[in-house]
Amino acid sequence: MQLENMYQEIILDHYRNPHGRGLREPFEAEVHHVNPTCGDEVTLRVHLEGDTIADVSYEGMGCSISQASVSAMYDLVIGKTVPQALETGEHFMTLMQAKGDLSVAEKLEDELEDAVAFAGVSKYPARIKCALMSWMALKDASARAWGGQS
Amino acid sequence: MTQTVSRPGTGAHQTPLPLDVGAIRADFPILSRTVRDGKRLVYLDSGATSQKPRQVLDAERWFYENINAAPHRGAHQLAEQATGAYEAARVTIGAFIGAPENEIVFTRNSTEAINLVAYALSNAVTAKEPELRTYAVGQGDEIVVTEMEHHANLLPWQQLCERTGATLRWLGLTDDGRLDLADLTTVVNERTKLVAVTQQSNILGTINPLDEIIARAHEVGALVLVDGAQSVPHQPIDVAEIGADFLVFSGHKMLGPTGVGVLWGRYDVLDALPPFLTGGSMIEVVRMEGSTFAAPPQRFEAGVPMTAQVIGLAAAVEYLQALGMDKVEAHEKALTGYALDKLAEIPGVTVIGPPDTVARGGAISFTVEGIHPHDVGQVLDDRGIAVRVGHHCAWPVVRRYGVPATTRATFYVHTGYDDIDALADGIRAAQKFFGTV
Repeated sequence: MQLENMYQEIILDHYRNPHGRGLREPFEAEVHHVNPTCGDEVTLRVHLEGDTIADVSYEGMGCSISQASVSAMYDLVIGKTVPQALETGEHFMTLMQAKGDLSVAEKLEDELEDAVAFAGVSKYPARIKCALMSWMALKDASARAWGGQS
Repeated sequence: MTQTVSRPGTGAHQTPLPLDVGAIRADFPILSRTVRDGKRLVYLDSGATSQKPRQVLDAERWFYENINAAPHRGAHQLAEQATGAYEAARVTIGAFIGAPENEIVFTRNSTEAINLVAYALSNAVTAKEPELRTYAVGQGDEIVVTEMEHHANLLPWQQLCERTGATLRWLGLTDDGRLDLADLTTVVNERTKLVAVTQQSNILGTINPLDEIIARAHEVGALVLVDGAQSVPHQPIDVAEIGADFLVFSGHKMLGPTGVGVLWGRYDVLDALPPFLTGGSMIEVVRMEGSTFAAPPQRFEAGVPMTAQVIGLAAAVEYLQALGMDKVEAHEKALTGYALDKLAEIPGVTVIGPPDTVARGGAISFTVEGIHPHDVGQVLDDRGIAVRVGHHCAWPVVRRYGVPATTRATFYVHTGYDDIDALADGIRAAQKFFGTV
């Protein structure tokens, strides 16, 4: 069974008990992203205090990978500055491009915490977009919120 | 609302199948490969694209190795032979749907065939020849589709309406996955210029009552285009019997190569339409000041055609004819009944579409309670089972039934009861893996 490599217990935990789910106020930017090949959707809001991400709130529907990814992302970016969060997003992108190479995940463990569990997803090209959707939404929303502030 | 399949007490019975699945599988080289660490390939995604028997692959190779040339150009022997083979294929493919060869236009696929008609209708507005303006669409006109159309039979009409100022209207769906014809006579009315409807839904499996729709459309003088992408591969088709004005289908869904599809049109209608694509070989006379067009079907076949693919499609047609389309249809009906019964035995599985085999083909969409279709598909894939997941290019349909997506299994001539048993076992494995049972 290859399945366990993709569906790590951490991923299934985030899927069953998502962190930070629900749309909250206040927020400076809200975005809606879809994955047109499968119809998965996420609505995501960002609230900044200065340049720090004070809250990320979201609603969405989708597969376990997309839903777990947004939950793990929530844990990672709260309290980070926008540039720090975007850098974390770059690390996650690197992980998704690893084609299942676990040495990439090992190097990124400190930066990505629970999110390194998504390493197995990188072996399945059709599912990488599921894991990346929330990160793309965050990038978009934080750029808008950041731009609106300065 | 969706509905749960419940036919208590029927059980799933394996009646003898009309086709010899073992012999047929031997014709498909790809079915002997393994996937995901040595698992037998259980291919239940023919609705997306079918696999190809060796006879089709051999026909394409034979063309390239022996008579490859551009048809309808040049006077050398290869050109003569390529032209002969290309036109002989047109006769074979036409006969398959009961049509004369001059009513068969080769396109890239069904999508392009539908776009061809949609663009011809708006090109008609500015055609310089009065006879090519017969079917021009403009403000005040209406185009009718249904809510169960594949995006390929929806977006070209939406776009036609945006280009011309016409209005798009549609027939809705009933809770059990069928067309709601209650308001047929108001939706299809004297303003309607064309009705576009699928013969079999790619997502629900529903086979539509074309007679009633076509009778109403013709009563008000509208053209009818039938999307046969999911029906022509699976049942005997006679265009005269259907009585529509256009029928489209794709080669790659009926054991043929990719890159070739067919537009059938009634000759008098085709002859009154301006071209979609223009260029080489669709012309009569070309001058710098302006040009005139060839008669159909050449008017609609600009450029060097997909010759090898057309010849491959003719081989696919011959393969299906040798099996017998009556048998193909009966085979899939038996499989569909069996699969519906097997799925009904699994708690938490809901079929989106008609719950029995009445006016229904071998495309079964379903949801599994508590598990997203992508995750169902992933577990099935891990077991070597290829299904389609998502909205199946029919996003309005999944929205209508209140689900984000479905898992879809589709059957064809090489499908056997063992494939459906593997599917049912795989669904149970997914439920176990995700802890929903």
